[in-house]
Amino acid sequence: MRTLKFLLRKELLQIVRDPSILKILFIMPMVQLLILPLAADYEIKNINLGVVDHDHTQYSQRLVNKITSSGYFRLKDYSATFPEAMQAIEKDKADLVLEIPAHFERDLIQENKAPLLVAVNAINGVKAGLGSGYIQGIIQDYNQDVRDQWIQQPRFNPQPTIEVTFSDWYNVNMNYRVFMVPGILVMLLTIIGSSFASNNIVREKEMGTIEQINVSPIKKWQFILGKLIPFWILAIGVLTIGLAIARFVYGIVPLGHYATIYIFASIYLLAILGLGLLMSTYAETQQQSMLVSFFITMIFNLLSGLFTPIESMPHWAQVITWFNPVTYFIEVMRMVVLKGSGLADIKMQILALLGFAVFFNGWAILNYRKRSG
Amino acid sequence: MKQFLIFIKKECLHILRDRRTLIILIWMPIVQILLYGFALTNEVKNARIAIFDQSRDEATTTISDEIAASRYFSLVKNVYSYDEIGATFRKGAIRMAVVFPRNFRYDLLHTNHAQIQLIADASDPNTANMLINYATSIINDYQQTLNPDQSLPYTISAQVRMLYNPELKGAYSFVPGVMALVLMLVCAMMTSIAIVKEKEMGTMEVILVSPLKPFRIIIAKTIPYLLVSILNIGCILVLSVFVLDVPIVGSLWLLIGESILFTVTALSLGILISNFAQTQQTAMFTSMMSLFLPTLLFSGFLFPIENMPVPLQVISNIVPSKWYYIIVKSIMIKGLGFSSVWKETLVLVGMTTGLLGISIYKFKIRLA
Repeated sequence: MRTLKFLLRKELLQIVRDPSILKILFIMPMVQLLILPLAADYEIKNINLGVVDHDHTQYSQRLVNKITSSGYFRLKDYSATFPEAMQAIEKDKADLVLEIPAHFERDLIQENKAPLLVAVNAINGVKAGLGSGYIQGIIQDYNQDVRDQWIQQPRFNPQPTIEVTFSDWYNVNMNYRVFMVPGILVMLLTIIGSSFASNNIVREKEMGTIEQINVSPIKKWQFILGKLIPFWILAIGVLTIGLAIARFVYGIVPLGHYATIYIFASIYLLAILGLGLLMSTYAETQQQSMLVSFFITMIFNLLSGLFTPIESMPHWAQVITWFNPVTYFIEVMRMVVLKGSGLADIKMQILALLGFAVFFNGWAILNYRKRSG
Repeated sequence: MKQFLIFIKKECLHILRDRRTLIILIWMPIVQILLYGFALTNEVKNARIAIFDQSRDEATTTISDEIAASRYFSLVKNVYSYDEIGATFRKGAIRMAVVFPRNFRYDLLHTNHAQIQLIADASDPNTANMLINYATSIINDYQQTLNPDQSLPYTISAQVRMLYNPELKGAYSFVPGVMALVLMLVCAMMTSIAIVKEKEMGTMEVILVSPLKPFRIIIAKTIPYLLVSILNIGCILVLSVFVLDVPIVGSLWLLIGESILFTVTALSLGILISNFAQTQQTAMFTSMMSLFLPTLLFSGFLFPIENMPVPLQVISNIVPSKWYYIIVKSIMIKGLGFSSVWKETLVLVGMTTGLLGISIYKFKIRLA
């Protein structure tokens, strides 16, 4: 125990006396947490609308006004013909074109029905799906307005109709930041934790100082723990700063307890730091360890459900995500922050991460050799 | 000229004789394009849902079956109370719950009016919106079958035409983005190490005292990596078309030409980084940090650029992948010709000349 204490003291001093590491460790994630969520906004609200109005009547005007005043669409292009509007789509000036045919008003009033054409640039499937959904909803509303104007509604529906009501739980304002900020914090913690841990043992190898440790009576597990604990403390510090930024800059107050986040984060950090140390015991040079840890964290982060939903992935990719510790933390972070989940709700994830932590650290201890060469 | 060719040969041998690195350079893009091409998509399918059916009649069963059978949803649970819905949401087990009230069918047939409530987990707002849209349209279809010869007065029928990507596949917007990401990372990282390595190994001195001009040294360093990149582009395009099912609608040669231009931009960025860096570690770290996140965020394939605050939109203009992403989408998916992408091409040409110019200007012929 006393050996471990001295070892910890040495590691902490090494970190504290290298101001450049501390700077990167604390300032980089703060800056990124302040900038990234601004960029990572996937709310579909600025859909560029092109209109081709062959009708030029009060009715077609009212329809266009109703669409533009909804807040989802920006009227960007008014073309005289459909081919012209198509060019606007090709140039990305318009995302969605509404064509109102000639005699729209006359057909609607006299023939009881009038067609409309909506052409959507569907390369981005989500934007196209939501945009066409919004515009169809608005057209239906408009249709109802017209009917109300012309006919007296009967007291009972003449035909069976199903009314669909919906409620959005947990994120009533549909705010994208509440969804992204906790996830981005996890991503930053992961990058910092794994890259620093993976560099650490290799650095001693490269500098030659590992020989001194190898000839000392320090046990393997003491050595690994001595490396793990200081980074663990620092990472918890980074997490605290991150949560403070989330609260005071973005106004995100978790529905669940902070304690739940910290308990989970403690286990998560053991796992991710263990992984870093494991890579570090294998690598010969800092370059190797950095390349490998970069490659692994990139895959971990992109396949974690942070940017794209996991259910959308093909089955084999979902299986890969089961072996990805980042997936679990992002899921838990969002559950605790947005839905107020407690320890009982996340026990499976905790068990999974305990497994990762034991596995990575155990492997790292086994693989660390006190013999060189 | 002969010296120049010999120098290029030397650089090629460097790469060819380092088998391990060569294998990484060729396999890394293939693995990444397959992994991300398949896995990164925000198309909604198989979203897990629960059904709370308080009525359990013919109508609710039919609607439930139709929702469960659609490719957008997979029914994981029947729940029996609102509390249970909340608990299931908190465990993260479902994305949406469908609630049928008591006496659904009775109300529908006797009062001609019945309600269905959809409760979505709006943590992820877009997915929530899309799930509600899909579920509503399935319910509307069912309603249509109840009144087959319905003809309401004053009906506006909107016909929606999805251009370029009628099935709304995620791959159409993600694969071009992944192409930009992978090419940028591989090319810039490869070259950023090239010059620094000579500095670290001490072989730089030999090159500096040779009669080669800085301009030629830099070009000769780039050419072998360019050849590897062309091989990479070939692999990536073959994989996109035959494995990921993203067609090339426009001209293949134009696409290849633009891709080569983009790799040259990436390579010159790598050269520039290696000019400033003193150690391989700094070079790699800079190229990772300054390339990975900006490419991911600002090329526009994960997050729409038009949603960002204006300063970030301005910054996005200096990210080469943004322009390449626009070009690839235009040629590959929209099938447009050079006349529609000449502006973006010009931007890339300008960036490349600028980057190469600075590298050559800053290339030190003296050791520090």
